[in-house]
Amino acid sequence: MSEPELAHAGLNLGDTGELTKDQAENAIFGFWIFLMSDAVIFALLFATYGTMIASTVGGPTPASEFKLLPAFVETLLLLTSSATFGRATIAMKYDEPRRVLFGWLGATLGLGLVFLALEANDFATMFAHGAYPMRSGFLSSFFALVGLHGLHVAVACFWLVVMVGQICAYGLDARVRINLLRLGLFWHLLDIVWIAIFSVVYLQGNIG
Amino acid sequence: MTVSAPLWPAVLGRFGWQDLPFVRAWENPTISELIGAFAGALVVVGAVVVAALLTRYGKWRYLWTEWLTSLDHKKIGIMYIVVAFVMLSRALVEAVLMRMQQAVAIEHPGFLSPDHFGQLFSTHGSIMIFFMAMPFLTGMINYVLPFQLGARDMAFPWANSIALWLTIGAAGLMMASLVVGEFSTGGWSGYPPYTERAFSPGVGVDYWIWAVTLGSIGSTMAGINIACTVYKLRAPGMRFMRMQMFSWTSLCTSILMIFAMPPLTVATLLLALDRYLGFHFFTNDLGGNMMNYANMFWLFGHPEVYILILPAFGVYSEVVSTFSTKDLYGYTSLVIATMAIAVLSFTVWVHHFFTMGQSANVNAAFGIATMTIGVPTGVKIYDWIWTMFRGEVRFTVPMLYALAFMMTFVLGGFTGIILAMPPLDYLVHNTLFLVAHFHNMLIPGLLYGMLAGYHYWFPKAFGFRLDERWGRIAFGCWVVGFYLAFFPLYVLGASGMARRTQAIFEPSFRPWLYVACVGAFVLLAALTSLGIQLWVSIRDRASTRVEAGDPWDGRGLEWSVSAPPPEYNFAVLPLIDGRNPFYDHKHDEGQPDPYASPSSYEDIVVPRGSATSVVIGLAAAVAAFGLIWEIWGLAIVALQIVVAAVVLRSFGRDQHRTIPAAEVAREHEKWLARVRATPAIPRQLETAAVNRGLAEIVA
Ligand SMILES: [Cu+2]
Repeated sequence: MSEPELAHAGLNLGDTGELTKDQAENAIFGFWIFLMSDAVIFALLFATYGTMIASTVGGPTPASEFKLLPAFVETLLLLTSSATFGRATIAMKYDEPRRVLFGWLGATLGLGLVFLALEANDFATMFAHGAYPMRSGFLSSFFALVGLHGLHVAVACFWLVVMVGQICAYGLDARVRINLLRLGLFWHLLDIVWIAIFSVVYLQGNIG
Repeated sequence: MTVSAPLWPAVLGRFGWQDLPFVRAWENPTISELIGAFAGALVVVGAVVVAALLTRYGKWRYLWTEWLTSLDHKKIGIMYIVVAFVMLSRALVEAVLMRMQQAVAIEHPGFLSPDHFGQLFSTHGSIMIFFMAMPFLTGMINYVLPFQLGARDMAFPWANSIALWLTIGAAGLMMASLVVGEFSTGGWSGYPPYTERAFSPGVGVDYWIWAVTLGSIGSTMAGINIACTVYKLRAPGMRFMRMQMFSWTSLCTSILMIFAMPPLTVATLLLALDRYLGFHFFTNDLGGNMMNYANMFWLFGHPEVYILILPAFGVYSEVVSTFSTKDLYGYTSLVIATMAIAVLSFTVWVHHFFTMGQSANVNAAFGIATMTIGVPTGVKIYDWIWTMFRGEVRFTVPMLYALAFMMTFVLGGFTGIILAMPPLDYLVHNTLFLVAHFHNMLIPGLLYGMLAGYHYWFPKAFGFRLDERWGRIAFGCWVVGFYLAFFPLYVLGASGMARRTQAIFEPSFRPWLYVACVGAFVLLAALTSLGIQLWVSIRDRASTRVEAGDPWDGRGLEWSVSAPPPEYNFAVLPLIDGRNPFYDHKHDEGQPDPYASPSSYEDIVVPRGSATSVVIGLAAAVAAFGLIWEIWGLAIVALQIVVAAVVLRSFGRDQHRTIPAAEVAREHEKWLARVRATPAIPRQLETAAVNRGLAEIVA
């Protein structure tokens, strides 16, 4: 096996020529850099949350609002969705039947959507308690951080639907493979960010 | 600040008749309002005239297919620089207005209202940083970098075009603020809580937020693209330590863009959440904390200084080496110094708010970190001086800019040390001393560098040289104007005159303000000279053509191709065997002839043009416009167009075009034949009419 193939083992581009391999390298490397700058955005929102956690100005506090159980269930959902996405990548790599690939992608999408639904439910509960972002600096920073993560998940779900459309239209051509791998990176990053949110926001709010 | 009654809120959002400067000037014809109306009229008339001329000469199709939708890095680079020059003109005129106001408003109200004056310094700063400096350097990197690396294009041509169009869209918003509504009065840094809804209810701050946000997203994309190009597209054999200095500084700049632009995006978007949805990030009440804004803004703002200055350092390295006929002295130390500056630039941001109440120890730490940056910068200056030492220095226009830079920048550095000491900073904080200091750094450290690069690479891009005489006149005006306009500000600042002051109550400031005002006019003359130079150069281009492509006996690979270069840059990708492959091949015995015919050619794949990037950039600007005026429907539809264009493009296939080897061969051989027919000239005659772009070889 030649080297670029090893460098991007998930792609299995086959005999599509040198040019495609170079493009795959560039595209995925570039996407990594994008993820790094996206990570800076999250880092700043975490920092903002850290400085504003005490700014509750007599309103709801972390201890009064954060429920560990739903957050834990959401964590499990996202972790599982990363696993199913990984399984889909393997189906792509080994050219398994199309329905297997669609099955795993569908499972991933489903888990992502359930996650979003649960998160929306959390938010609605908080709103009902009077814990809305306009109430205090603490709640503003909470909703910006967790909301931005949720927005990323929503974008990732939308992207997944687009990818399914592309697979239907073009099969697994080189561009579809590269894009699916990039979506995978995105999805896994969201998982990592969520772990940080779970630890810094929910665990700290309940225990700390 | 005007907040006029909405006219037809369901359709036009916040818009009311008083949002048109013409209506305001009609109802209240003060000089201030008339100037505003005149500026608005200029934008409208300018747009109409350009459109009419394009129609008259039937150039719309040409413009659209050859330029606006092009994904060619060279054309994208040139379009960036055109934007930079347009915006430079506007921001410079605003500077002149401000200097005039301060010169006449001594114990007198002057001719500009305080609100108008506030808009002027806010647009001046925002434009100079985001829509003059950033497009200029991004354009220059775009044009030059792939050549220097031996690449055929940037890593992501489509993203490159989107970044350009986001910048154009944002610049368009800046222009729109002259015609409808008003601009922020909160300065280029937009500090809350002043910029919160409670204190700035009008559309001005929203214009600022969305223009800056679009611009910073565009810059982040540009940064990713540049970094990827350096990491992945270097020609075979182009190791990192063989890259030209400009490529190195481009890389460091792009890394700064990738990590420093997101903090700006976060700061502006959180401010938008406060303004639009009533969040409390930076408000006075309910737990808001504006220090978070200061930290985030300057976490961007200080590295931004080096985003702006590093590419100019790269230009000077090329220019000094070329026009001294010597290899760059201390190449390795220059690389290390560049990297050191890039890293250190992230460690000093607190010096922008020494006076805001953190402990003395924090201030001391950041003061020392700030002074540390002087060390690698000093290393660079010494390296350039040693490069000139015993070289055959030729005082061409780019070289003159480099020399003026070295003198002036060092002076600015000294005043920087003063500001970096917290106790001294307390004294001159928020005075014109600071204004003098950062203009002292950015005019030589950015503008001179970009103008030097403009002169230096112009013949490469267009195939003819710029007029030398007008170039010198412009240079003289820039330098003289700079000293006249900004050195008085040091005196005024040290005497306690606050920055952003609309009227002055200290008569003894008068002579200094007069000198500064004269300086502003000399700077305007400098810009005018550049315009005249361009016109004269185009008129006389027959006598300054340099088709052979190497007018300055250059070193980098960009000089080894024709001028203007073919779409694919290199007919055959070069093999790199040293630091200055082209120069060595020209001058060293026993090296391959740089103008020899290659043994074979191959098909070259280039990207087709794309309209989607234009649509994305402009629709994003329209969405921003909708948000500014609270025309929600417009914003939603425009956002959907952005998303649809992205999805559409991702479904597209066949987005490349193959140029057959035979065609490449035909073009290349034709150029080589022309090179062989071109008389070579010694480098002493490079500014004379005989220079056709082929350097004489002196062993
Ligand atoms: Cu700074």
